Amino acid sequence: MQIYLPIAEVSVNAFLLLGLGGMVGVLSGMFGVGGGFLMTPLLFFIGIPPAVAVATEANQIVASSFSGVLAHLRRRTVDLKMGGVLLVGGLAGSAAGVRIFALLREMGQVELLVTLSYVLFLGIIGGLMFFESLRAIRRSSKPGARPAPRRHHSWVHGLPLKMRFRQSQLYISAIPVLLIGAMVGVLAAIMGVGGGFIMVPAMIYILGMPTKVVVGTSLFQIIFVTGFTTLMHATQNYTVDAVLALLLLLGGVIGAQIGARIGVRLKAEQLRILLALMVLGVCGKLAFDLVVQPTELYSLGPGGGH
Amino acid sequence: MRALRPLLLALGLAAAAAHGAGAQGGDTAPAEQAVGGLSQNRVSITAGFDGSEIFVFGAVRREAPVPQDAGPLDVVITVEGPTLPVTVRRKERVLGIWVNTDSVRIDEAPSFYAIASTGPLDQILSETARLRHRIGFDKAVRTVGARSQVEDPQSFLDAVVRIRLRNGLYNRQDDTVNLREETLFSTEVQLPANLVEGEYSARMYLVRDRQVQHLTQQVITVRKDGLERLIYTTAQERPLLYGLLSLAVALAAGWAASEVFRFLRR
Repeated sequence: MQIYLPIAEVSVNAFLLLGLGGMVGVLSGMFGVGGGFLMTPLLFFIGIPPAVAVATEANQIVASSFSGVLAHLRRRTVDLKMGGVLLVGGLAGSAAGVRIFALLREMGQVELLVTLSYVLFLGIIGGLMFFESLRAIRRSSKPGARPAPRRHHSWVHGLPLKMRFRQSQLYISAIPVLLIGAMVGVLAAIMGVGGGFIMVPAMIYILGMPTKVVVGTSLFQIIFVTGFTTLMHATQNYTVDAVLALLLLLGGVIGAQIGARIGVRLKAEQLRILLALMVLGVCGKLAFDLVVQPTELYSLGPGGGH
Repeated sequence: MRALRPLLLALGLAAAAAHGAGAQGGDTAPAEQAVGGLSQNRVSITAGFDGSEIFVFGAVRREAPVPQDAGPLDVVITVEGPTLPVTVRRKERVLGIWVNTDSVRIDEAPSFYAIASTGPLDQILSETARLRHRIGFDKAVRTVGARSQVEDPQSFLDAVVRIRLRNGLYNRQDDTVNLREETLFSTEVQLPANLVEGEYSARMYLVRDRQVQHLTQQVITVRKDGLERLIYTTAQERPLLYGLLSLAVALAAGWAASEVFRFLRR
């Protein structure tokens, strides 16, 4: 069934959009990632203009994250205090990111820098997570081996402004938390993603949060950052497509619920290695496209300034 | 559509006859004049819009019989969308990766352009006639003034045509205009789903001896309609309200899904 999208100004298959939304929603619920890092490139592939894809995707992530966070709230796996501090950094970062995005767009280089940042961040994070979880799985499969003790003292613990995060069982400085929030906010605005794929590993490896509260807390923070991004795109660029968002989020919210339930059944290491493989897969595809000669060397854009 | 065609042709003919009887020609009036019509003057873009087909038809009105020494009559029909500037960027390999380097701003490029004719365009029309009436992709897509910094601006113009041909926005078909006894002509023009809003003009050219003898023009209005129009105007005119509504819908959908699944699990 073809449907015409009023803002994107293209006609696409409605069931294709529902399916994409559902698939990405399952991942969102399982891993606590918004799924934007998969959905945004997929929307480009089916012919949605990039500006509309980025803005509308932010709106869809609001829905699937909200659906996911409700499930986590009931299980009490959301650290609200930690989420709040991350959010302060996140909003500041997002505002800065939108300015950077506008600047790059004028130079005609936004596509390249978005792709490069994807390759860089996905590559580093995917690689780190993959090897770390592989080691963890090997350790736990050896009979009689003790689980590795959590490192209690890293550079994070030497900073001032300490706060107690009861739910995460942590007493750490607010500075790294604010910095992580800000960095994710910048990336969210530039790359058109929620930023969960960076936030989740950062919370586990840098802050040392227990895995069970990481997903819920990440989703909690993502709702606000992407909501803020949606409003800014709607008021400044007029690029939020309500029909596209509705179709994606119908599939997405259902998928997120299914994903949250699958996530509970899997072990933390298995969950992490799966996410790592997926992150590396997207990274590889994007890197490949940068290096291989494209079939069409020319691209058209609106002819605004000189 | 197919059933409608004979009726439309008949109407066109009747209109032509009526015109002929009414207007007792001025001295400068050409010997042959085109009288044209369209199957529809409005294209409404609604939720289910998946492209459209427009039937362009017309007749030739004559005050006197065709001169014996004149060449055969040809008809060229063009449908042209709103003309907008476009920026073309070209990728080059820099340090192993493909990067946008050169760019050219093309001042005039129709957002949609379809050409149909009774024969090969460059054979039935002279170069000057095509230039004067801007018939053909190479004449319609152009930069005004020579202030381009790249060595080969033509390849950027070619890219616009190539990419839009592939998207179905440009279309050229020789030999698709039906011409009956040098009097009645008709063709079909496919409008794809990815149209921009605006006034589209359908032009019908009567051609003899590689020169345009007469030209008539009709306007097609392409507009979003119904729910699509409401969403579009809200987004443009009340962006804050629109953004808040989008957020509200997202939150409501997220909450509803969560509740439904909780209910199902019980």
